[in-house]
Amino acid sequence: MIGCGRVGSAVAKALAAEGWDVTAVDESADALQRLGPGWRGGFVLGHGMDTTVLERAGVAEADAAVVSTDGDNTNIVIGQVLQRRYGIGTVVVRVLDPARARFYGERGLSTVCPTQTAISVLLDTVRAGAGTARTPA
Amino acid sequence: MYVIVAGGGKVGANVTRTLLELGHEVTLIEQRPGRFARLEEELGPVVLRGDATEISTLERAGIARPPDLLLAVTGDDEDNLVISQLGKEGYGVPKAIARVNDPRNQQHFELLGITQTVCATTSILGLVEHEVPEHGLVRLLELQREGLQIVEVQIEKYAPVAGARAGGVSLPKGARLISVFRHGRSELVEPQTVLRPGDQVLAIVSAESAPALRRALLGS
Repeated sequence: MIGCGRVGSAVAKALAAEGWDVTAVDESADALQRLGPGWRGGFVLGHGMDTTVLERAGVAEADAAVVSTDGDNTNIVIGQVLQRRYGIGTVVVRVLDPARARFYGERGLSTVCPTQTAISVLLDTVRAGAGTARTPA
Repeated sequence: MYVIVAGGGKVGANVTRTLLELGHEVTLIEQRPGRFARLEEELGPVVLRGDATEISTLERAGIARPPDLLLAVTGDDEDNLVISQLGKEGYGVPKAIARVNDPRNQQHFELLGITQTVCATTSILGLVEHEVPEHGLVRLLELQREGLQIVEVQIEKYAPVAGARAGGVSLPKGARLISVFRHGRSELVEPQTVLRPGDQVLAIVSAESAPALRRALLGS
């Protein structure tokens, strides 16, 4: 788990509860707090662009990686490094900008775009409501 | 030539000024409002405000033409990498040159296909090496795509090749001597050129053969 903010820590905890062996990487020691007092997984303090940090986190043996630091471009670069240099099969990258998420998604990087999800959910909710509420005259 | 410069810091601004003086068409992209205002005041409509890592900003700058050259020279390596990838892979920009701020990130640029990079730290280290040539071999220029480097070697008094003709020196595969600099003058190396102590020899060599070249010219 590269980037252990609100999203990263929640995904890390959920996967650990399902029995995954999870290591979180974050620049800030405070991120460890988000994993809670019962955290049994690993934690490496450092930046995900630093290959020594990645290697300490065990990327060479990882089956999957989630990259969700607070920078789109940082995530895009780290995701590609994990894929191409370390050969991790499942790499999922958080990209807030829908256009960049689409661009890299089309080029073989698995991207998740919370912005696009929010747009779709909001539109669907409004449209569904429009059907049941007042009908336009 | 049409050039897009991403990043209006000292590097980007100066490159833009020079390119404009040389008569090229340039668009300079700068995101920070204060910096943008100052650059626009000086350079006029050449400067575009926006985030150069956003596809829409690059499109406003004319990335689809595409430019002959894209310079990604912001202070952020991840941004420079993404800008270069968007230009090359998305719009077929023939040439992208990226600035590497932290030399430890160089490997990421190479991995992701951005082979033309400039790193001030690495250049300064090269100059330091030039002043303190402890290893004997000073790397002057690295041709990353070709896997070759141009190096300088000073021939020491007791070097195995001191006094030998260049044609008779056995060099490792992938190495050629280019020129000899002595008494303030430089001449191209011919087979009959005699290597003398104090000579500064330029050679072109593949990365793998550099250690063997050093042993050949300087001994172990």
